[in-house]
Amino acid sequence: MATEHTAKAFDSDLQELTRLVAEMGGLAERMIVESVDALIRRDVALGQRVVAADAEIDSLQHVIEERAVLTIARRQPMAVDLREIVGSMRVATDLERIGDLAKNMGKRVAALESDFQPLKLIRGLEHMTDLVQSQVKSVLDAYAAHDLPAAMTVWKGDEEVDAICTSLFRELLTYMMEDPRNISFCIHLMFCAKNIERIGDHATNIAETVFYMIEGQQILDKRPKGDMTTFATTISGN
Amino acid sequence: MNSLSVSMSDAVGPVPSAALPEAPAKVTTRGLNFYYGEHHALKNINLTLGTHRVTAFIGPSGCGKSTLLRIFNRMYDLYPGQRATGQVVLDQTNILDPKLDLNLLRARVGMVFQKPTPFPMTIYENIAFGIRLYEKISKSEMDGRVEKALRGGALWNEVKDKLNASGLSLSGGQQQRLCIARTVAVRPEVILFDEPCSALDPISTAKIEELIQELAEDYTIAIVTHNMQQAARVSDKTAFMYLGELIEFDETSKIFTSPSDRRTQDYITGRFG
Repeated sequence: MATEHTAKAFDSDLQELTRLVAEMGGLAERMIVESVDALIRRDVALGQRVVAADAEIDSLQHVIEERAVLTIARRQPMAVDLREIVGSMRVATDLERIGDLAKNMGKRVAALESDFQPLKLIRGLEHMTDLVQSQVKSVLDAYAAHDLPAAMTVWKGDEEVDAICTSLFRELLTYMMEDPRNISFCIHLMFCAKNIERIGDHATNIAETVFYMIEGQQILDKRPKGDMTTFATTISGN
Repeated sequence: MNSLSVSMSDAVGPVPSAALPEAPAKVTTRGLNFYYGEHHALKNINLTLGTHRVTAFIGPSGCGKSTLLRIFNRMYDLYPGQRATGQVVLDQTNILDPKLDLNLLRARVGMVFQKPTPFPMTIYENIAFGIRLYEKISKSEMDGRVEKALRGGALWNEVKDKLNASGLSLSGGQQQRLCIARTVAVRPEVILFDEPCSALDPISTAKIEELIQELAEDYTIAIVTHNMQQAARVSDKTAFMYLGELIEFDETSKIFTSPSDRRTQDYITGRFG
């Protein structure tokens, strides 16, 4: 913002909201990384810490909502300020969902009993997580810096995540067909892959919010999609 | 990074808006300039008040919004040294024409001021007084007109049993509605409101705002207000003025959510003014 508000307290209200969203974002990023780490290393304790961290992210979302509503009531914001506040609420909602998805993965760690752990699958999952985590990080940076081009890069960059998810899905299907004892493990992993893919979707939601905050209108275009899991089937009759 | 910012425009369509269809012009200003003696108070104003639409004028003190309003019924004529150039067309009539019958103009273009200004006479007479200036009608007809006007001002139910009480005995909000009723009584086509609620409490303000929207069904309305939320609530179009210039004139929904001009944005978000 080039100029400050005549009412200085309004500026600090807005800054506080942005700071809270950043804090929530940092927490969400950490939960993503730790949940997948826990999954790969079968670290049940770490998985439980991720589950516990979700309460923190939930309470941050409540704080952000309360602050936002209070600021609207107190300042009757207009135009860019109003969009900024609505944006903070929307981003907080996406981050809360990201927290839920990471928590869900944390819970699954304890359920993975088999020692079956094909390296290729793990690599795929790790790669996907790296991508998604960097998407989340980039979009939160774009949010904080009001950087529209950076947000649009995230918005358009979700395709690769979708593609990896699809290929993981095919692989998991194969493992399950090879040996029914793999099914339980593969199903859990499948859900985890899907969770990570969903986190990527939330990152693109945040990118859309950044677009709205800066441009004052919604993106009407369709985002490029690479998720073909709905079409990935095995040959029937095998 | 640059290529992205170019292609981003592809992602944006026209804003889906709930905007009303463009109304036929009631009042149009063309190249309007106004001077207080040497002071150039309005600079080349071009805009249109749509028929049966509410147009709000906002801007910091001294931006010329009240001056513009006072041109629509030639109020400035009452003061020496004030003059307007350009054109202000009401339907087909140029309001600035020196040969224009001002009484007739002011019957067509009524005005409600910041402070309620009831005459020191009965409620009934406050309304009947204006009507008698323009028309000669029977007592029963007059009773009907007074009632209709008071209903139009959303005041009838509160005063019908005390029409002979003094207009000054009413509360501030009631007095302002009496003034609106007085304006409506002479059947104008355009009603100008100059900060009609700035001296009123929130409930009276809400009543006046509701009334303004009802009045828009029959009249073309222009309102000057310092209360941005009020402009956002009651108007269809909003004009932002600054230092005598019309900076931005657009749908109200557009002005208050994503204005095009930086100065509009800074003003409505409380960054200056």
